[in-house]
Amino acid sequence: MLYLFCGFYIHKRGFNMISEILQTLPQVLVDGLTLGAVYAVVAIGYTMVYGILEFINFAHGEIFMTGAFVGTSTLLIFNTAGLLSGMPGWVAYILILVTAMLFTGLMGVGIERVAYRPLRKAPKLITLISAIGVSFLLQDIVRFIADLKTGSFLVTGISLYNENVKIKTSSIWDSFDDAFLKTNSIIVLAVAVLLMIGLDIFINRTKWGVAMRAVAQDRETASLMSINVNKVIALTFFIGSALGGGTGVLFAQQYGTIDPYIGFILGLKAFTAAVLGGIGNVRGAMFGGLFIGVLEMFSAANLGIITSGNFGGEYKDVVAFIILITILIFKPEGLFGRAVKEKV
Amino acid sequence: MKKRKVIAALMISILTVSILAACGDSKESGGDATVIKIASQSPLSGGSSVQGEAIKLGGQMALDERKEEFKKLGFDLQFVPYDDQGDQKKGVANAEMIGADKAILAVLGHMNSGVSIPSSVVYEKYNIPMVSPANTATEVTDRKLKAVNRVVARDDFQGPAGAEYAVKTVAAKNIFVIQDKTSYGQGLAEAFKTAAEALGATIVGYEGITVGEKDFNGVLNQVLSKKPDFIFFGGLYNEGGLIVKQAREKGITVPIMGGDALDSSAMVDLAGDKLVDVLYSSVSTDMTKSNKDWADKYKETFDKSVENYSAYAYDSMNVILNGLSKAIEDNDGKLPAREKVRDAIRATTDFEGVATKVSFDDKGDNKYAKVFIYGFEGPTYPGTLISEIEQPK
Repeated sequence: MLYLFCGFYIHKRGFNMISEILQTLPQVLVDGLTLGAVYAVVAIGYTMVYGILEFINFAHGEIFMTGAFVGTSTLLIFNTAGLLSGMPGWVAYILILVTAMLFTGLMGVGIERVAYRPLRKAPKLITLISAIGVSFLLQDIVRFIADLKTGSFLVTGISLYNENVKIKTSSIWDSFDDAFLKTNSIIVLAVAVLLMIGLDIFINRTKWGVAMRAVAQDRETASLMSINVNKVIALTFFIGSALGGGTGVLFAQQYGTIDPYIGFILGLKAFTAAVLGGIGNVRGAMFGGLFIGVLEMFSAANLGIITSGNFGGEYKDVVAFIILITILIFKPEGLFGRAVKEKV
Repeated sequence: MKKRKVIAALMISILTVSILAACGDSKESGGDATVIKIASQSPLSGGSSVQGEAIKLGGQMALDERKEEFKKLGFDLQFVPYDDQGDQKKGVANAEMIGADKAILAVLGHMNSGVSIPSSVVYEKYNIPMVSPANTATEVTDRKLKAVNRVVARDDFQGPAGAEYAVKTVAAKNIFVIQDKTSYGQGLAEAFKTAAEALGATIVGYEGITVGEKDFNGVLNQVLSKKPDFIFFGGLYNEGGLIVKQAREKGITVPIMGGDALDSSAMVDLAGDKLVDVLYSSVSTDMTKSNKDWADKYKETFDKSVENYSAYAYDSMNVILNGLSKAIEDNDGKLPAREKVRDAIRATTDFEGVATKVSFDDKGDNKYAKVFIYGFEGPTYPGTLISEIEQPK
């Protein structure tokens, strides 16, 4: 609507603007979906824990960051041991993914046991403070170890898939420019989608999934039905944290460089995605993540063009959050938040 | 870490002891010659000790060469290096000690602008002239202190120098500017933008990024649609390296330029083999290229390779000693007052040093200070010296 309006008013500038936006659209979509997939999988971690315990696990962003560091250091260890040249890239990729997921999964269970379970009967605010404490702790532990081992907390890993693919989007429609795609972006998307589908099947089709949904609905009644509530909660933390850690590996492979503070901004945005999709709803979190990713990339690329340079791309987060607030005003429970029964 | 610190502390104590011993020696042999001390202040321990040590050694080299000259005038010239640890408090404490030692007539240093600024207030109080071989912050001389001088270029000349290179040498017409919204990055980017526009180039985009983020595809997609022939980045190497990497992955092949903050080996780690056609400005020249004889002599004397500021420290010391000998001459061969040395140093004109020509203006900035443009042509640090830009007269 806005574009049509502008086009009607100032013919030439408006049409130039649309053609400029269209030109980069394929590239924006590719980058936006990749970033969005990362947000989506991290958002699932927030939403799962909320669904079961009704509290925001603010340490989740740091679990994501720890996953990135575990994956990168495993890869670096392989490399110094000389194993890397001997194995195909995808084997190494799967190995570091599994290592990081196991590590962060167990770490998530440990954090739940130590920092959250003793506080389960306490007011929610107390657990929240505990989560913030854990997040600071993780940041500084990782920073300390990285600093000790490399002399700098900024760690650059090895990128396994570094090639670029040119997608001939211009042959679909002239107004499009060609898009460049890193091989790794495809991997990020594929792995993220696999993880999400796997989780969806797990929750909806397996016995443990049923148990999780039951605990989410009513913890007391579930325990009366001979469901081991503590086990289910531990499992939830394991899965949520493993997903977060795995995404960390994908992130490290995508951008090459990581530091102990990447979890903060990303965690905040993933949390936003979870709220947007309706917190507690797994499918909503997936959608919310992809939506925020694309929206962010679109406004970063086009905000300057639309406002003719008055507001640059640095206001991308402002746009994303304005839209979030607008949606929440009309649908306070989030886009998919209505179906309470589906929450996990 | 702890081990290293212990070793460093040990080395420093050995150094101090040997210096003290040397002082003792010269006092005995020098007889009743009046002692003149020149102090240096630079970080000799901690993270930037390599550069700080280079400043000390450069100064020492110049002073040792001219000891005889001062002996003939009847003075025993001595060098007293202080360790400011790159720390403001330590710098100021040292400055007080220097002020209290009546034999010290001038200071070579500091390396960090942040340490120079508070310490120079103390020098001003005691009228001790200071010549810095490394300070670039504008505030160092903008306070118009009589004691403060520097031989390198100011920060606010980097942007215009970069613009001159981009527009005149690379012949860039459509330039895209990215900055990181910090005072350093934005200041640099705005100075570049103004200068480039004045030279006739068009700024097709001026965008900000957020420090700490890792994904700059959004702003780079804008670059894609604007199709510039040159990109300028005002910011630090963390974001700079990633922007270079992600731009090259998107097929953006135009030159990318930044300020002295990109002068770091971390650029190689971050961008890897994508580090092509990346330029950065620096206030120091590559001595191994511009004055190889001097660089070889330095290496022979100290068995250490030449660092960025070695030659500038050497030149600064010569500026100090020239001022000193002028002040002695004006005082009929007697020991001059600190004020006289201070004014004589400020009056330095057209001194030909090994790295730079020096003429101080009324603020203590060097009129001949240049900015040097370096380029990365692959994953090796440092880049190669491509061009030097002089200040407009």
